Amino acid sequence: MISTATRNRERLLGLLLVSPALLTVGLLFVYPLGFSLVTAFTGEEGLWTTANFFKAFEFYSNDILFTVVIVVLSTILIGLGAIAIGGYLTLGEHPVAVAILKWLYRWPLFIPFIVAGQLMRTFLAKNGLMNNIFVSTGLLDPLQTTSFLDWRGIVITFVWKQTPFVALLVAGAMASLDRSMIEAARNLGARRFRILAEIIVPQVQPTIVIGLILSFVVMMSVLSVPMMINAQTPTMLTVDMAFRINAYGDYGVANALGFISYLMTGVVAWVYLRQGVRAGGAP
Amino acid sequence: MIQAAWIPRAIILGLFAFVIFGPLANMLLWAFTEVWYFPHKLPVEWGFGFWARVFKPRGNAMLSLNNSVVIAIFVVITCLLVSIPAGYALARGRLPWRSLILVAFLLPQAFPSVAVHINIARIFYGFGLNGTFVGVVLVHTVQGLVFSVWIATAAFSAIDRELEEAARNIGASPLRTFFTITLPMAMPGIMASAIFVFLQSLDEFTGTFFVGVPDIMTMPLLLFTASMEGNYQIASITALILLVPSVFFMLIIERFLKADVLAKVGS
Repeated sequence: MISTATRNRERLLGLLLVSPALLTVGLLFVYPLGFSLVTAFTGEEGLWTTANFFKAFEFYSNDILFTVVIVVLSTILIGLGAIAIGGYLTLGEHPVAVAILKWLYRWPLFIPFIVAGQLMRTFLAKNGLMNNIFVSTGLLDPLQTTSFLDWRGIVITFVWKQTPFVALLVAGAMASLDRSMIEAARNLGARRFRILAEIIVPQVQPTIVIGLILSFVVMMSVLSVPMMINAQTPTMLTVDMAFRINAYGDYGVANALGFISYLMTGVVAWVYLRQGVRAGGAP
Repeated sequence: MIQAAWIPRAIILGLFAFVIFGPLANMLLWAFTEVWYFPHKLPVEWGFGFWARVFKPRGNAMLSLNNSVVIAIFVVITCLLVSIPAGYALARGRLPWRSLILVAFLLPQAFPSVAVHINIARIFYGFGLNGTFVGVVLVHTVQGLVFSVWIATAAFSAIDRELEEAARNIGASPLRTFFTITLPMAMPGIMASAIFVFLQSLDEFTGTFFVGVPDIMTMPLLLFTASMEGNYQIASITALILLVPSVFFMLIIERFLKADVLAKVGS
């Protein structure tokens, strides 16, 4: 029975070693999260209520829709971009072109969101470098230029910043695929686009989905980009939450909006888990 | 002679390069601009005037840079202090609910964080932690733990246990074995996790925005304030300063994060 005693001691020691880290997450994340959930359903008199949600929908239903549209559209574009980049890195015929792309696409990966926001704030403005170049090359008339600093700016910034991350994951998964099927399809004369869509993408689908879900959560969390790019209404829920706190100290409605944003990510995670079950394997 | 196939390739890669580097070029232009107004397509006057203003000793920018670096160093120390024992236990011990514990560290990155930060700020207010270094360090630590714990776990998992057993056999104590054999071998992985945590803290905006204001000014907050005030020179110089460590670490990270460790992350 000595072995059982040793194992129990080992387990206890292990838990002891993990506990400082676990305690940190518990106190500084799980507790505030619980606080947030409770506050969302608590009225001013401290009673349980759904009034915060009615108020949130009354004032911010446009912004909820705006957030959903922006994040979903960005996720789709990021997915397409990542597949295109990964696909070219896997199937590209010229090693020099592949090497150039590999060197190019990673740049935004480690650029912080706040910096990306500032870059785009100057680049996409009415007199920004983008419009200036379009005018100089004769693509646009000076009178036709418009500022992209609205919902389009947010989508462009999100896609610019997050596509490299998903592409990195997807390209890694594609590189570790068995090449024999790809070569076989190529020998049969299949075009590269068909090989990508019908052979490669289905096999790396779990990686694509994980990368897109992570990006989805990140985009739901970013406060700086919508604040810097889109200084008008409608805007994203993150900005509304900050406004509710800084202008009114209204924690009830802010947390109700927070709860709605948890729900949105929850739905995405649920779709993913369900898909994993349907595929018959672990997600 | 250039082959015909290169024409579409070059056009697409050129457009891609424009998309990637265009925004960066605009930042560089602004960083070295003295005067730039419509309808001029390039700065009217170039110069380092704003750099002198940013790097003025005791100026706002130097203070924020100093704050950011000090906070990031303390975040790294805190993260490593709790993650090294945790990573070792997760890699070696027969822990109950091991995968659940690993997932717990992912939670702060898996929820939309603004609402949680609002409530952290509210709770901290009660303890007098708002607007303090300690408060900001704690907020950044929670966000960094997923990197430090997961990478430390992977680094310890990748070590050959026979070396530890050999040290034990010739009479070294468990603690001595850990500090002379295990920890040095896990060091490259732990350094990699420290880099991730450092960058995460350096670039963190949302948590500092709610917990640090108004007393703790960091580089991201300075960038945000300058940008919202329309002071694009200061904002672009700050952005450039934040970019340098990010790009530098991106280039050297592969030296620390070896494939054998990378393969064990999250498993």
